[in-house]
Amino acid sequence: MNGKEIIARRIAREVKDGYYVNLGIGLPTMIASYLPPGIDVVFQSENGMLGVGPPPLVGQADPDLINAGKQPVTELSGCAYFGSDESFAMIRGGHMDMSVLGAMQVDEEGNLANWMIPGKMVKGMGGAMDLVAGARRVIVAMEHQTKEGESKILRRCTLPLTGTHVVHDIVTELGWIKVTRDGLILTEIAEGISTADVQSRTEAKLAISPNLKTMAVS
Amino acid sequence: MNKVVESADAAVADILPGSTIMLGGFGLCGIPENLIAALVKRRITGLHTISNNMGVDGFGMGLMLEAEMIASHIGSYVGENRKLEQLVLKGELDLTLVPQGTLAERIRAGGAGIPAFFVPTGLGTMVAEGKETRQIGERTYVLETALRADVALIKAWKGDRLGNLVYRKTARNFNPAMATAAALTIAEVEELVEPGELDPDHIVTPGIYVKRIVVGERYEKPIESAFIKAHQAGSPR
Repeated sequence: MNGKEIIARRIAREVKDGYYVNLGIGLPTMIASYLPPGIDVVFQSENGMLGVGPPPLVGQADPDLINAGKQPVTELSGCAYFGSDESFAMIRGGHMDMSVLGAMQVDEEGNLANWMIPGKMVKGMGGAMDLVAGARRVIVAMEHQTKEGESKILRRCTLPLTGTHVVHDIVTELGWIKVTRDGLILTEIAEGISTADVQSRTEAKLAISPNLKTMAVS
Repeated sequence: MNKVVESADAAVADILPGSTIMLGGFGLCGIPENLIAALVKRRITGLHTISNNMGVDGFGMGLMLEAEMIASHIGSYVGENRKLEQLVLKGELDLTLVPQGTLAERIRAGGAGIPAFFVPTGLGTMVAEGKETRQIGERTYVLETALRADVALIKAWKGDRLGNLVYRKTARNFNPAMATAAALTIAEVEELVEPGELDPDHIVTPGIYVKRIVVGERYEKPIESAFIKAHQAGSPR
């Protein structure tokens, strides 16, 4: 199981029956594939859909039916379409139970950066700023370090921010980190990893929960 | 009342250089591709565009960018357009990035006679720099202003000669909001139907907002991920 799959599988266990959830582009989208059986969840896509289904079979893509990552999707029975203004009214209005999105950096205050690197890369924030400002619970799903081995969990973000004091939880292939007023707390750890390993790969200071558990990913 | 125009070329014939233009669509989904093609033929310049994305290299608004028709752009995401990213990084195009929900609400407000409104989005980020903030209850909010345009080019699925429109699936996106926020809204549709054929309960954009309606001559409707792959494979760059 690779790192991304570990992260997606763990967060899938956190999604509860009856939730309305927005999954960001990339890794977060994988979560939909690992939902536990028997729970009823509605996925929202901010381009204007509730009830997003899995990707279509080859040759059956409908260009009028895409997700926010611009990938073809299908509709589940009972799905609904709406315009962008209403889509973000439901996001900003606090109707989404959970928003899971990727990040370039997160810090000890729950600040998040994921939309530009000055002078190098401009992608735009898309709906990320609205989602982190409006969802009831914001989970960052990302690999623990950059490809170059640098920490992405910092004392203070250095890139332009997407939101301030918005992240509730950070989930990486190494563990589950809760963002609290007193800083970051490691509450779950991946099997076979020591807390010293996690801290050595994290710039921010991690407190270790007295109830530290092994991260379950089945 | 008959708002039908015979061709996309005729529908955009009097748009002036330097106009502010809203264009509906999300990525390549639900974009007014025939109206864009007609505008690209005219090669009018100095346009100020407002659209969530800017097409991709080789399609949609990407064609306007390549024809150097655009002076400034307001949008939320440019990730799939390499040409745009390069121009912005070199400082050759005036780009304003706005959070997607704020963009949608600024357009909605523009059409609804609401000059400004407060949102929590972007507080403490670059987006809020220089803007008024206010604490209301326990939270602090950022003041955002309405957007309007000279022209809105939108895409619907079906419409009638009165300008009543319905959309199809996620091709709706920004189109209905933009339809309300411009002095001149031009809608292209896949199918023109007789008044009364659209169920009045299902009409999303009432005809009052639409000044011209045209049947798109030809739809490519590329799927963005596949189009980018093919375009890059066949591209000399």
